[in-house]
Amino acid sequence: MSDVLRFHYDIDGENFTSAGEASVQVKKKLRQLGFPPDVIRRVSIAMYEGEINMVIHARGGDADVLVHPDRIEIILEDQGPGIADVELAMQEGYSTAPDSVRSLGFGAGMGLPNMKRYTEEMTIESTVGVGTKITMVVNVQ
Amino acid sequence: MAVYKHSVSLEPEKCKGCTMCLKHCPTEAIRIRDGRAVINSEICIDCGECIRVCPHKAKKAIFDKLEDIAPKYKWKIALPAPSLYGQFENLDDLDYVLQGLLECGFDEVFEVSRAAEIVSEYTRRYMRKKDVQRPVISSACPTIVRLIRLRFPYLCDNVMPILPPVEVASRMAKENAQKAHPELSPDEICTVFISPCPAKASYVKNGISQNASSIDYVVSMSEMYFKLIGAMKAVENPEITSTSGTIGISWASSGGESSALFNDRYLAADGIDNAIKVLDEIETGNFPYLEFVELNACPGGCVGGAATVENPYIARVRLQTLRRYLPISQNRLEKNDEPDDYVPDHMQLDSPITYAPAMRLNANRGIAMQMMSDIEKVYELLPEIDCGSCGAPTCRAFAEDVVKGECKIEECVVYMRERLRAIWEKQGEEGK
Repeated sequence: MSDVLRFHYDIDGENFTSAGEASVQVKKKLRQLGFPPDVIRRVSIAMYEGEINMVIHARGGDADVLVHPDRIEIILEDQGPGIADVELAMQEGYSTAPDSVRSLGFGAGMGLPNMKRYTEEMTIESTVGVGTKITMVVNVQ
Repeated sequence: MAVYKHSVSLEPEKCKGCTMCLKHCPTEAIRIRDGRAVINSEICIDCGECIRVCPHKAKKAIFDKLEDIAPKYKWKIALPAPSLYGQFENLDDLDYVLQGLLECGFDEVFEVSRAAEIVSEYTRRYMRKKDVQRPVISSACPTIVRLIRLRFPYLCDNVMPILPPVEVASRMAKENAQKAHPELSPDEICTVFISPCPAKASYVKNGISQNASSIDYVVSMSEMYFKLIGAMKAVENPEITSTSGTIGISWASSGGESSALFNDRYLAADGIDNAIKVLDEIETGNFPYLEFVELNACPGGCVGGAATVENPYIARVRLQTLRRYLPISQNRLEKNDEPDDYVPDHMQLDSPITYAPAMRLNANRGIAMQMMSDIEKVYELLPEIDCGSCGAPTCRAFAEDVVKGECKIEECVVYMRERLRAIWEKQGEEGK
């Protein structure tokens, strides 16, 4: 029996309207696997925020969701501009999103703080000019 | 969990086994088996899409017939849905419809729009509560409530626990009739809802969550329409009995329920696919400032129900004309000392809306994970063209069916063609 399931998603940075679709796919899978509603919601919010970030800032990237019986790991990796000051980026309300996406209601500076709030662990590895890798873990009680 | 009784049936001799219903079912509840459509009642939400799209008219909504009403009922009360008023051409007065219903054999008419106005009053009160999950989601459309129970577990607590107007109407009508006719015993009075959709018929059979319905029969609006057309012709000077206001009538189309809240932080969406998209977004925490969400499974709202006669947008225009000279509301709560956020127990669901995990592969998560892993393996062998020839709506759904043991991978025509080609090529090479 396999103890870990891996789902991979290409986040398309060219098509803004498709942003958030991977999160819906993951939600459907977790529902089929019978995870508790609270876990499903936290994973889908963290994933959604990460997906939107990748589309806004990095022209897309890769999302991997690893489902373990006791925890769900979300790995988001992009080859975008990187985050110059991670601590500043984690502050609520801080955003570098362009006006074009703010007019759609994004760019409120809540993406990263929400990802942290809804997950048990979150690590950000980022190099300016190279890209960003975010790993998040949601534990299943 | 009790077995859910849904209200869509198939006429097997008319079904050609095409893939129209299969492709349009929002919960993937349909499969074609042995050349006929089969509905999985556990995940059917009674939205009526399959009835709307079937080119062979093989899908039918299950309703009661007027002839089914048991003779023991001495007092039959019709409960017309507000969408009924939008079905008639050149109607300028609701009283013709109400009188027409009496001509059709009912003893009394109680307009659902009256109850809708009461529900609007209580909704405004409910919205004043500080401690409720926002956005508050309307509980009026039974298809939406069932969809949330099956697919949006986290939003169950957002569903407003107030009874839908049709239920309030039935209870009020029975109570009033009992008072007006003390000679009747409660089991001699019945309520008959004239419904625009099969979902309301299912609601009556199943209740919401654990809450049983007091409605006795549900007849289809289209059946009643043809009876009424004749009966209304004979009505010359109808008695003035309608006590609906603009608010009550407006519930028939999308946005009507919301507009009665006098609060502009609402969202109203209609059509099942749109509703699903909105729920996905809300579950993800978007729209933080939203206070109220009104979702109707049918296009245009209840006027778009699968049992209506008229085009929903035409019906909507007619309702706009009809309500032009109506008071805003004719049904209000009496002024009293109740707090301004008080909603009495009798207006509320007896038990909360709860998650029904019908989508999960297995109750044991280890087994579910193994199945999911197997599904991915099967899926990789499939062509990803979602042709529907196998009887499943998508290749992914087919992969799930294979792993669940409901069918074999050999039923995929594309997969088989590739295998045959490989065999031929191998034979060809061996023959050289």
